[in-house]
Amino acid sequence: MNPIIAGLVTIVVGVGGCVGYFYLSNLLLDKVIFPARGENISRNINRANAVRPWLFMFPAIFALGLYLVYPVIGSFWRSLYNRAGNEFIGFGNYQALFTSGDFQVAFFNNLLWVLVVPAASTFLGLVIAQLTDRLSWGNIAKSLIFMPMAISFVGASLIWKFVYANDPDIGLINAIRDFFGLGVIDPMLVPFWNNFFLMVILIWIQTGFAMVILSAALRGIPEETVEAAIIDGANPFQIFFRIKVPQIMGTIVVVWTTITILVLKVFDIVYTMTGGEFDTEILPSFMMDYMFRDDGIATAVAFVIMIVVLPVMIWNIVQARRELR
Amino acid sequence: MDNIAGSKSSLGWAVNITVLVIVVLWLIPTVGLFVSSFRDRDQISVSGWWQAPFAVDLTFRSRAASEPVQQDGLWIYEGNLFAEDAALAQTFGEGSGEITAFGNRGTQPAAYVAGEEVDLGDGETLLVNSDGTYRFTAAEEPRRPPTVYFEAETPPEFTLDNYRTVLTADNMDLAFINTLTVTIPATVIPILIAAFAAYSLAWMDFPGRGLLIAAVVGLLVVPLQLALVPMLRLHNAIGIGQSFLGIWLAHTAFGMPLAIYLLRNYMVGLPRDIIESAKVDGATDFQVFTKIILPLSFPALAAFAIFQFLWTWNDLLVAKVFLPSDDASKVMTVKIADDLLGSRGGDWGILATAAFVSIAVPLIVFFTMQRYLVRGLLAGSVK
Amino acid sequence: MADLVLKDVEKSYGSVKVLSNINLDIKRGELIVFVGPSGCGKSTLLRMIAGLERITGGTLTIDGQVVNDVPPAQRGIAMVFQSYALYPHMTVRDNMAFALKIAKKSKEEIDAAVGKAARILQLDPYLDRLPKALSGGQRQRVAIGRSIVRDPKVYLFDEPLSNLDAALRVATRIEIAQLKEAMPDSTMIYVTHDQVEAMTLATRIVVLAGGGIAQVGSPLELYERPQNEFVAQFIGSPSMNLLPGEIVGTGTTTTVRMKAGGTAVSNYPSQPGDEGMQVNVGVRPEDFLETEGEPIFEGKVDITEALGEVTILYYERVDGAAPVIAKLPGIHKDLRGKVVKLAADPSKVHVFHKEQSLLYRHEPHQKIAAQPH
Repeated sequence: MNPIIAGLVTIVVGVGGCVGYFYLSNLLLDKVIFPARGENISRNINRANAVRPWLFMFPAIFALGLYLVYPVIGSFWRSLYNRAGNEFIGFGNYQALFTSGDFQVAFFNNLLWVLVVPAASTFLGLVIAQLTDRLSWGNIAKSLIFMPMAISFVGASLIWKFVYANDPDIGLINAIRDFFGLGVIDPMLVPFWNNFFLMVILIWIQTGFAMVILSAALRGIPEETVEAAIIDGANPFQIFFRIKVPQIMGTIVVVWTTITILVLKVFDIVYTMTGGEFDTEILPSFMMDYMFRDDGIATAVAFVIMIVVLPVMIWNIVQARRELR
Repeated sequence: MDNIAGSKSSLGWAVNITVLVIVVLWLIPTVGLFVSSFRDRDQISVSGWWQAPFAVDLTFRSRAASEPVQQDGLWIYEGNLFAEDAALAQTFGEGSGEITAFGNRGTQPAAYVAGEEVDLGDGETLLVNSDGTYRFTAAEEPRRPPTVYFEAETPPEFTLDNYRTVLTADNMDLAFINTLTVTIPATVIPILIAAFAAYSLAWMDFPGRGLLIAAVVGLLVVPLQLALVPMLRLHNAIGIGQSFLGIWLAHTAFGMPLAIYLLRNYMVGLPRDIIESAKVDGATDFQVFTKIILPLSFPALAAFAIFQFLWTWNDLLVAKVFLPSDDASKVMTVKIADDLLGSRGGDWGILATAAFVSIAVPLIVFFTMQRYLVRGLLAGSVK
Repeated sequence: MADLVLKDVEKSYGSVKVLSNINLDIKRGELIVFVGPSGCGKSTLLRMIAGLERITGGTLTIDGQVVNDVPPAQRGIAMVFQSYALYPHMTVRDNMAFALKIAKKSKEEIDAAVGKAARILQLDPYLDRLPKALSGGQRQRVAIGRSIVRDPKVYLFDEPLSNLDAALRVATRIEIAQLKEAMPDSTMIYVTHDQVEAMTLATRIVVLAGGGIAQVGSPLELYERPQNEFVAQFIGSPSMNLLPGEIVGTGTTTTVRMKAGGTAVSNYPSQPGDEGMQVNVGVRPEDFLETEGEPIFEGKVDITEALGEVTILYYERVDGAAPVIAKLPGIHKDLRGKVVKLAADPSKVHVFHKEQSLLYRHEPHQKIAAQPH
């Protein structure tokens, strides 16, 4: 049971270390460096207060800087070098990428994912949120639909093998085809559409997330606006699309972008379902293929992903700054 | 709004039924996995999990155990197929089995209909009745008792064997512990660090605060993949290498933007008066944080904890990169993805069970904590 | 239990000056009310005294010590917030004990202080409840109790009654007045936009407007001798009527010929040579009397409101000016559409310099730019 003990020790050391850092550094600041006594008491207090935020933020800034900011720069730099990392080749890796057929397929597929998955999840989530809003058992329904959120992508892939398997005695789809006398197919081998079968899995997972957030947003709409619309003679569809949806547009956009970002990180589903075969490769899984084999290409792919996300990132920052004002 | 005059109840029914259909659609895949994990591997391969409660036609093999009787110049074996074999006797119990067809060759186990006497040639005949009784006659003394194949309605069988196999074999127990070892520190440490940072960004005044908040929001969308190669190189360079320490650090850092973002959004929504009141009461920033902010931010802390727990528990990518690939430090997702999906690709019972074992803990966490998830997220995204 | 001196206090956010030239001397045992329209900076001034906002100019002295850079906790003040600011995760007892625990007081001392405050405020039965289990009035009392427990030099109240409903507001107002009476030595500063609260509670009222002090004085001083048009119209409801005119007679009394006809005589003395000066004559609605002789104002009644004890007359607007309002005692029927002549006792007639909107010949305390309401 060595790992358990090791784990426990780490938890204690790690957590204790964090607490200790914050407590002791704070104590040091107040009692030793700028003590709140003596003739400079008020100057010391003000100075301590100026330093304190940085003290509190240091570990977070350090972690963010090392693990996220540095890699963005580091990866870009690495992507300019060849496979072994010893020869500067400029944009050679990118050139190689964009001329490679596999990459083009992955890029195109990824665009499909980025368009379809957030749209479908958000739309389904919104519809379900609205439908369950007034149901007596709405919360149970929502819990059950939300449940896939808790399931790993690997687990989800396994679950969906019981739907997609090409054996009518295992896969549900083929069982249904069999029942109607249609031939057995392997959904993973159907060109082009196999991408969508894979997307269904992620949509299945993410709809619950969209639903929960949007459901809360719907609850936050002032009841009076809906009642006013009823008195104005709007039917339920008009109320939904013309009164409710515009009021929660902000939340819809947040959900949409959150799922978009997630889509660009998920490689597990493709990795476990098809391994990227049969033209189902997407950028993250494509990158994993090159990882450890050719870091130059792998980092170049990562940077392409980064550039695809860039508009979302800028939009997010603009939004956050507007909120601050 | 249920009180509004003149609203139609038919619409209500339509909504109820639609939601029911959606919920069932959503549940089907998981239920399939759950049911399959309790089924016998032979049953899985001949009937879908949706047929699990029904009997299945399975083929079996039995061999006469009794000594032949000589009668009228013939060698005769008689008896009951179900009783000849201990395993069969257990499967079918007391006379519950019903044979539909039989045969004497493994390639055609169901060549003949039960109840009909068949001439097998060479002076041999075989009769198998549906209740399991059989009669085999031969002109010469057989060298060994005949083997009889038959197809019988097998009652549905649910077993915990798969769980036993998964949990004991293949170091799965070790993988489970490894997952816990990765998950718990990787959940607790980032919460602590992020909570302090979020408090600073929400309630302390210092130059550059707006810029830092924007930076955190920007980092929210940096793809993880970008960090993998450089950070692994760094870990190798400073001697951490592929290890638990490395993965803790990685998860801590990768969870940081979301943690700070969620917690700051929540904390900034706490009433200013309460914090000022505490300051007037003489609390230092540290005391305000520990005595006022932390207890009041519990929903957001819980929400992030759930997210981070689910994320680290379910993570495959970071684990594959930052942990060594030997068996001793594999976590469950890696184990399932690499070992079970690969080598045991055909053993559906084991696959289903492994998947269910891996999602059981997150599901429990999820269902017990989900109300905090919603409450904690709301402050962040609903305006 | 302290003297408080504000000298040339200023507050600016960047280049925007929100408060300036604040000079105020608060004596031990006074209950000072800051009153003014929303946005006048009264809460900001209170928060500067509390130390929650930085003072950008001038000095704040408490008991002879300049406290500009002293953090809130060390200033010896206690504050009751508009939203009560109770800590929602602590019981009433813990809420009241929080400051003492932070100050590391002994358990006996804390229990004694909390017990005493709870008795004064009748909170004994609720000590172990969470704030969410209390009614609005009880929460308010806990907030007050929390400040009593600290035994501060100065109590600060930031619109403490504005979240209560009307009936409770009156009851709590009386409780605060009693509390003040029970602690005659305590210094209190109270912010409100409600002039009834200001009039009933204050030892002295500080009227703030346009980023400065419009007038400081006892409630009746402000009512009887407003120093400028702003204070004149801010105190009293309905507001004082201001009618343009021109000085025609000076001396121990001042005679003004009204622009719309009629004549007003005021007990304000005036200097010879001021004849022809443009002024505004101020008369409170309740000071108007129906007259048959020479009126100060004469016009057609547009609307009447009969309240029983009084009848309020709204006159037709002339040239877009605010309608003249008169409050006549008793019930007057059928005045609508009729012409009613109004006069007033010379002691109740105020004369304001028209351009500066200051009381005639009064030394400017502060130039007031803002219009009331």
